[in-house]
Amino acid sequence: MTTTATAARGEARREARARAGDRIFKGTSTAAGILILLILAAVAIFLLIQAIPALRAPAEEVMGGEGLLGYIAPLLFGTILSSVIALVIATPLAVGIALFISHYAPRRMAQGLGYAVDLLAAVPSIVYGLWGFTWLAPRLTPLYRWLSDNLGFIPLFAGPASPTGRTMFTAGVVLAVMILPIVTALSREVFLQTPRLHEEAALALGATRWETIRYAVIPYGRSGVVSAAMLGLGRALGETMAVAIVLSATGAVTFNLIGSTNPSTIPANIALTFPEATGLDVSVLIASGLVLFVITFGVNMLARWVVNRRAEFSGAN
Amino acid sequence: MKQSLLRRAALPAALVLSLGLGACGAANETTTPAGESSATGGADSGAEALSGAINGAGSSAQQAAMQAWIAGFQGEQPDVTVNYDPSGSGAGREQFLSGAVAFAGSDAYLKDEELEAAKERCNGGDAIDLPIYVSPIAVVYNLPGVAELKLSGPTLAKIFNGSITTWNAPEIAAENPDAQLPATAITPVHRSDKSGTTENFTEYLAAAGEGAWTEEPSGEWKLPGGEAAQGTSGVVSAVKAGEGTIGYADASQAGDLGIVSVKVGEEFVQPTAEAAAAVVDASSQVEGRPEGDIAIDLARDTTEAGAYPIVLVSYHIACTKYEDEQTAELVKSFLGYVASDAGQQEAAKAAGSAPISKKLAATVSDSIESISAGS
Repeated sequence: MTTTATAARGEARREARARAGDRIFKGTSTAAGILILLILAAVAIFLLIQAIPALRAPAEEVMGGEGLLGYIAPLLFGTILSSVIALVIATPLAVGIALFISHYAPRRMAQGLGYAVDLLAAVPSIVYGLWGFTWLAPRLTPLYRWLSDNLGFIPLFAGPASPTGRTMFTAGVVLAVMILPIVTALSREVFLQTPRLHEEAALALGATRWETIRYAVIPYGRSGVVSAAMLGLGRALGETMAVAIVLSATGAVTFNLIGSTNPSTIPANIALTFPEATGLDVSVLIASGLVLFVITFGVNMLARWVVNRRAEFSGAN
Repeated sequence: MKQSLLRRAALPAALVLSLGLGACGAANETTTPAGESSATGGADSGAEALSGAINGAGSSAQQAAMQAWIAGFQGEQPDVTVNYDPSGSGAGREQFLSGAVAFAGSDAYLKDEELEAAKERCNGGDAIDLPIYVSPIAVVYNLPGVAELKLSGPTLAKIFNGSITTWNAPEIAAENPDAQLPATAITPVHRSDKSGTTENFTEYLAAAGEGAWTEEPSGEWKLPGGEAAQGTSGVVSAVKAGEGTIGYADASQAGDLGIVSVKVGEEFVQPTAEAAAAVVDASSQVEGRPEGDIAIDLARDTTEAGAYPIVLVSYHIACTKYEDEQTAELVKSFLGYVASDAGQQEAAKAAGSAPISKKLAATVSDSIESISAGS
């Protein structure tokens, strides 16, 4: 784009333009950084202000009549339970897929598989919900019946088994599928970054491929996997529509994963209750949103802490 | 007051024209002759075409019917725009009382304190409730091998509160002597979201359960047992998916599921449109309401032959006095269409509702006549 004037003038102009561009770029990126903080603060303040009437209201006026804590506690329990199930299922699977893509699969296949996993992330959550409701849940019912008949002594499978399969366990499986892409993608990136020298050193010492992975790749990537899992947990905690559709949420607090009666989760409950809520009820729902906000924030802080604590072990050195 | 007299003469003409046209339009599908609707006011020529826009908000149960009404009404008055926000009954009433919308759709009639608050919003007039949407709620079940199921109020209450747990329980067997009842466990399915359907169903259980239902009727299902599903479609799918399930849903959405015949008096009644309209006629109006208000105290425990007691009655709420003339005319004309035979048939086609009876329609039309402008 330089004009065909003398070379010196062109040079000077380019320099000036570069300086202006520098300033503009610095300005916009600073603004973007500040904007994020402002948005976060605005959300927090909004939640707090809107939740105040619920925090102040007498216990018997809050939905359910048992006070704010009595209303939110079962929801929080359900939220955490479903997310933990999702994490327990998704993390090992994701690590396996990531290791296969990064270390076992032939290059061409690895690429295709990587795309396929990324595609999973592009499916809207409501589609997962419909899939869970109409396809997955009915197919899991025989399993639930078997579990309650044979492993009923374990509180998790106490039964009676749900005839429709819309249980906490199904919700957990659907959530696991939903968080699989993000956990896999991040783990794969971390594993791929293992220094070549570490792996070659391990191989040179006579390690098999599995031993290489075990002693070089996994220790290197551990903190990355933890933070990937935490990001997945964040998504599972906040997932709304899939849970609202799949889970038969009746408000009971129970560890029984395969029954018809399950606790709801905070986001699903907001989605289900908000359309017909007015006045104080809205405020109570927002208060529950505030709790979720704090929990998600806490989970992310925890992930940061885990990552930082292990920073010395990771590839920086 | 004086000013509105003139308008009063002109408005029925507009209303009548819309009624008459609507009846003509519907004449091919229904057996109602066009003359019947126009008889309410005596058609005369010269009704002007209206223009403008009115907004309404409220009941989501009315949404499908409302779309049909708006389409039908705009067919007659192409220059009028009617907007409806299905934000929920409570939100609709709130918006109506604050003056944000000209009319509200609500699954419950106005409470006394809301009526009081409405006086100011209605420029010294009153807010009136007009029952224009009656929808039977079917009790649906999925029990292979049992094609017909008859249940009484107390038995239904015990099934839904979890005290009857298997299909071959003596209470059910006593009411279905001819059926081969399996020992399958009963899974009652209810709504997981707050809904007018749940409220009406629990009202029925409380009234007709003869003490078996102890929960306070409410839009939210309070008991922790059973299975929960989102929305009418969710309940229907859940009932379909499981074996031994029973739930409640708009009769129009029941599909090919089994539908329980509910005991009324000595017979068992299916949720038909006629039976739903019959229970509304068999019910009395709530006392101590403003003139023109038609709040219905549904007789859930009715013994009237051929009446089906589990119905949802949804209202349109309007002012008897609007600030400006245009709004008053539009509301009057639109509600007139909704209450007309044509409007009711459109809703029945689109939403599977039960058209209100001729008797009720006449009362509603009289109330709509009282809508005017001025302070």
